[in-house]
Amino acid sequence: MIQLKFTLNGDRVETWVKGQEMLLDILRDNFNLPGTREGCGLGECGACTVLVNGASVNSCLFPALEVEGKIVETIESLADAGKFHPLQQAFLDNGASQCGFCTPGMIMSAKAFIDSYPGRPAAVSEAEIKQALAGNLCRCTGYFQIIAAVKAAMQEQD
Amino acid sequence: MQQKNFIGKRLAKMDAPEKISGKASYINDLSVPNMLFGKIKRSQHAHAIIKNIDISRAEKLPGVKAILTRDSNPAPDFKIGFIQDNPPIKDDKVRQFRDEVAAVAATSTEIAAAACDLIKVEYEPLPGVFDPITAAAADAPLIHEFDFRGNPIKNNSLPVKWQISDGDLEEQKKRSKHIVSGTYKTGWAHHCCLGVAGIIAEFDYQKNLKVQMPTQIPFLVQNDLNKLLLALGLKNKNTRVISPTIGGAFGNKLDTHCYEYIAVLLAFMAGRAVKIMFDREEEFIGMAPRQPTIIKITQGCDENGLLTFREAEAILDNGAYTSWGATVPSVMYVPMTSLYRVPAVSFTASCVYTNNIFSQAFRGYGNPQATFAIESSMDELAEKAGIEPLEMRLLNSNRPNETTPMGLKVTSCGMSECIETVKKKLDWNKPRPKNRGVGIATLTHVGGGARIYKSDGHGMILKMDDFAKVSIMTGAVEIGQGSETSIAQTVAEIVGILPEDITVIRHDTATCPWDVGTHASRQMFLSCKAAIRCASDAKARILDFAASFMEDEIRRKNRKNKDFADDLLPLLHDPDNLAIVKRRIYLKDHPKRSDYSLPIDTILRRGHFQGGKNGDMVITHAFYEPDTNMMHPKTSKGNISETYVFAAHGVEVEVDPETGRVEILNFVAAHDIGRAINPMLVEGQIYGGVIQGVGYALMEEMISEKGKILNPDFLDYKIPTMMDTFPLEIALIETPDPHGPFGAKGIGEVGIIPVAPAIANAIYDAVGIRLSEIPFTCERVLAEIKRQGQE
Repeated sequence: MIQLKFTLNGDRVETWVKGQEMLLDILRDNFNLPGTREGCGLGECGACTVLVNGASVNSCLFPALEVEGKIVETIESLADAGKFHPLQQAFLDNGASQCGFCTPGMIMSAKAFIDSYPGRPAAVSEAEIKQALAGNLCRCTGYFQIIAAVKAAMQEQD
Repeated sequence: MQQKNFIGKRLAKMDAPEKISGKASYINDLSVPNMLFGKIKRSQHAHAIIKNIDISRAEKLPGVKAILTRDSNPAPDFKIGFIQDNPPIKDDKVRQFRDEVAAVAATSTEIAAAACDLIKVEYEPLPGVFDPITAAAADAPLIHEFDFRGNPIKNNSLPVKWQISDGDLEEQKKRSKHIVSGTYKTGWAHHCCLGVAGIIAEFDYQKNLKVQMPTQIPFLVQNDLNKLLLALGLKNKNTRVISPTIGGAFGNKLDTHCYEYIAVLLAFMAGRAVKIMFDREEEFIGMAPRQPTIIKITQGCDENGLLTFREAEAILDNGAYTSWGATVPSVMYVPMTSLYRVPAVSFTASCVYTNNIFSQAFRGYGNPQATFAIESSMDELAEKAGIEPLEMRLLNSNRPNETTPMGLKVTSCGMSECIETVKKKLDWNKPRPKNRGVGIATLTHVGGGARIYKSDGHGMILKMDDFAKVSIMTGAVEIGQGSETSIAQTVAEIVGILPEDITVIRHDTATCPWDVGTHASRQMFLSCKAAIRCASDAKARILDFAASFMEDEIRRKNRKNKDFADDLLPLLHDPDNLAIVKRRIYLKDHPKRSDYSLPIDTILRRGHFQGGKNGDMVITHAFYEPDTNMMHPKTSKGNISETYVFAAHGVEVEVDPETGRVEILNFVAAHDIGRAINPMLVEGQIYGGVIQGVGYALMEEMISEKGKILNPDFLDYKIPTMMDTFPLEIALIETPDPHGPFGAKGIGEVGIIPVAPAIANAIYDAVGIRLSEIPFTCERVLAEIKRQGQE
């Protein structure tokens, strides 16, 4: 077991991990954060997306040891004092979540995209949103209401 | 339409807050104290005799608590499948690659998996048969030697005959001016739920069973597992089924599966709770996909383009065992007999055992396969008759208040409006550049329940507490579609409270009344019908309380109000004079008189705490059983639903003749939905259905080589990503249905149904090739361009 220290959802945390453990496993098992979902375990579906130093990663393929000293954000960090993040609110208002299994990963990918978006958020194109979220599979919504939600959140932000 | 407070409003889904915040609990997130972990060892042969199973090394592995094989099976004669042909743990032989030959419960998943590897199974391979036509031949190897009664089986055809006909077929053939025939093939498509399957099974100290598992059918699971309890010698014991949040369903959770029975058997053997969780590969391999079909269809029309007859025959590759796949012809009956007005119809279907994987329900349940054949053939017939394809459909469109050849009683019907909408929104007749084209396909489907079981009912209990908050105990299963929200909208509308006053309790056979399950686009229709009854009764009870206590309470309320005029007090004693709006009781004809209004909860508490034996609370219940018939056992006819839905999909595509790539430029989905209880959720169902349909049409195919699935992952089995979306316009055509709750019809499944034929017809319009096999991959389109170009 190896000791690991990092910042998780704003708190400095430490835990012990096995050498081969993935970030997904320690988030779910060591920190009781089940919002990060395992849809395939192979980096193909994006349901386990979290942010490491602001960049979206598939936590199912991301070695836990790699987050030493880094900043990790999961879906559980988004709501602030009970108030939803604008992206979450937009997902609510646009019906962008059905079974909901892909939703946390989808929102975290969208957050990484929005946070690093270079231009004026309100001027975002659908093509840019599609490109940014192409790695997150959803089987229920057909994506249309998700695209609308991300757009609405970006307009809100502007 | 009357103005409503909550019906027709785009309210956010009630379950969305916990889903967007990561708080929803799926089966992955659940554990129970001291639970074991189960793993299944599967066959690596498609057809073989199991000669020996050696568990001697596996059972020595520390942490192994139970090993289930045919030799240790505590319920050796128990079989599942609708003709009881599938032992959850295989006995004398394996008949498909995924067959369950052994299972282990251990203290960790890793130990269970290691133990599975240590189990040695000795096989004697048998010749396999991998297509239904070869399998039906007299000399084909037998997949099953005996039926569930122990009688010998002579061939691989299932003893289930699917047949329906109406009208004078021969006479109509003679009348026909134009006749076309074609054969259409569809393959295995997987549900690809983002949440994979899993179960936790445990027995209590009285040997009652509790299972937590995602399912669309908790009450049928209870029934199925109670049969297993009997087979285990546990008489008068019960199963409690609790479903956690469901990570996608689409029909994938409409049956009980071997792994669920295996978890129960392991829990029984180990005396501890057992959890089995699939990974993605096992989800692909272990869960049954959509039923593949080969459909031969012939249709005719007269000189004016009016349909004269439709004759079709389907052959279904049943795979090795029966699940609902073998019953999809029952739903094919609907489009085969009733899509468009056809004077004579004949449809037969046969199912043949093979050593392939078997199939089950998947959104649309046979209708997408049948509609692919019908609507491709319609275009061929239109061309032969020299009639524009869209006009051909308008000519033959279904109409309101007609009974179809199957005996379906169509009430409201907006099919013509749907077709006209496609025409207008796609600018149908405008000239298009080379390699571009448009295609249309329509659909009809059940929209008001589907009586395929003896009960198609829905049970619901409503209780109001002392604070006027409502709990609804419902048999409805929420698979993400918004069932809870539509129930809450209905109850709030009728009682006069707000949706946020309502908590929906569901997914538990011990606390919720019976419902047959979330399938056949029935849940909103039936649960809202039950909700209307529960809520109307509750409102009547509240107003009864009010009639008894309101004068007293109004006097008390106004005791310091010098301006209070008591002239209206006598009116309070008649419930007919009272109304409830936004949690307050008013005098109906004097809505502005706030001195005569009270919050509901005041009246509810007054009714409850009377200080004597008359104390009472508002608790109501309803069991809504639709007024429909089972299909007749001989003729297959009957009005199986209270209403039917119609739609037309139009698509504009561009085909690259160099690569075979089909690009969707524009898509219009016009749906007759009766009335939208929540348009945002209706659109969500249609968006999702259309994209699943595009996946089915263009990319999705489980590739099987001698029964082995070669692409059990998202890299090799492609489903649409966000990059595959396109401009899609949904048109909701409202035709308030006389039977529907507030006029609404069920639309959960239908978005997927006509997508493939609409695209096939557009490809034909673009480049002149007729595709007769789904999916239209680049390779297949290119090959057809080359082949048909040379003809």
